[in-house]
Amino acid sequence: MTPVMQTNSCGNVLLFFVSCVLSHNFIFSRFLGCCPFLGVSNKVETAAGMGLAVTFVMGLASLFTSAVYQYVLYPLQLTYLDTISFILIIAGLVQFVEMFLKKSSPALYKSLGIYLPLITTNCAVLGVATLNTSAQYDILSAVLNGVFGALGFLLAITLMAGVRERLETSHIPDQFKGFPIGLFIAGLMSVAFMGFNGLV
Amino acid sequence: MSKSDKPKLTSVFLNGIITENPTFRLVLGTCPTIATTTSVINAVGMGAAASFVLIGSNFVISLLRNFIPDKVRIPCFIVVICTFVTIVQLLLQAFVQSLYASLGMFIPLIVVNCIILARAEAFASKNGPLASAVDGLGMGLGFTLAISIIACVRELLGTGCIAGINLLGSGYEPMLISTMAPGGFMIFGLTLGVANIIMKSIEKKKKAKEAA
Repeated sequence: MTPVMQTNSCGNVLLFFVSCVLSHNFIFSRFLGCCPFLGVSNKVETAAGMGLAVTFVMGLASLFTSAVYQYVLYPLQLTYLDTISFILIIAGLVQFVEMFLKKSSPALYKSLGIYLPLITTNCAVLGVATLNTSAQYDILSAVLNGVFGALGFLLAITLMAGVRERLETSHIPDQFKGFPIGLFIAGLMSVAFMGFNGLV
Repeated sequence: MSKSDKPKLTSVFLNGIITENPTFRLVLGTCPTIATTTSVINAVGMGAAASFVLIGSNFVISLLRNFIPDKVRIPCFIVVICTFVTIVQLLLQAFVQSLYASLGMFIPLIVVNCIILARAEAFASKNGPLASAVDGLGMGLGFTLAISIIACVRELLGTGCIAGINLLGSGYEPMLISTMAPGGFMIFGLTLGVANIIMKSIEKKKKAKEAA
């Protein structure tokens, strides 16, 4: 499943980018990060803000978790502690992003609301850390994997928000309003994304 | 806490299965729901693992609820949850290799399953250890039940089998999309809609009964 990666040339990095964003999209082919994808995709601006915050956290999380894994956990044979150390690193990073946003962009901070601390429990962030170690990426590849994967998430959530803004004015049976119709649209989008499978 | 304030254990238990079913009513934990419902065995395994973590973490967090400072409660909860997830991960790896392989990275990801943190925050940090464990059991069973239903539909349509037993005969042309990503989203959406319809009709009947 995980794309092979060598960061020795620009062409490979580009290929890796296409594979992470389109053909191995975090939401549509790995099912990671579905909660915020369905929860924060009501407005394009909020969705894009969320996507950018996740991109930042995922890049940093990849850097720190793979560094800790390679230089601390692996040499000390503590690899069974990987999940617990990764989640603590991620929780710390999210706290940092929260404080940063509160200071620099209070409007975005307000509109993200409860979902900001929830980045900690966004499975895409812990998922990318786990993927990096199981695919044995070096630190540079891990960071690229995190950032590119998050850009895929950003693309998906922004597209979804665009569709959902249109949905608000359309006629949907009561029982299917909200999550059910959202999941249906996600299904259709994932059919579209499957078209990219042969690309890489 | 006076006696009347204490939640009844049976209602706490049923709350997780029906009224506040984590998958159908609260729509939490969507990632494992979509990822592990490709076969019934995977879904039941995931449900059992998540239930174990839910019961354990709810119990321990409820015991510690008076000692955990309010400001750092989320990291504390996560550490407790993570401990139980690591236990499950090591147990599965040692005793049920096949399930460990097929659930793959979704076992460590139980840590970030929103159901578990939500229950810790909403229930275990306010109630006694017994009630919290029962709440964990109810929520866990509700989650297992819901994802098993979705898995039944997906596996039946996608392979003609349920839990590996062929039900539709050899003449059935499998609907492959159902076990792939798009089918996961769509069948989850459909089941959610059907669950909404059923819940609405139950509520209507209840109201009619009360009015009569």
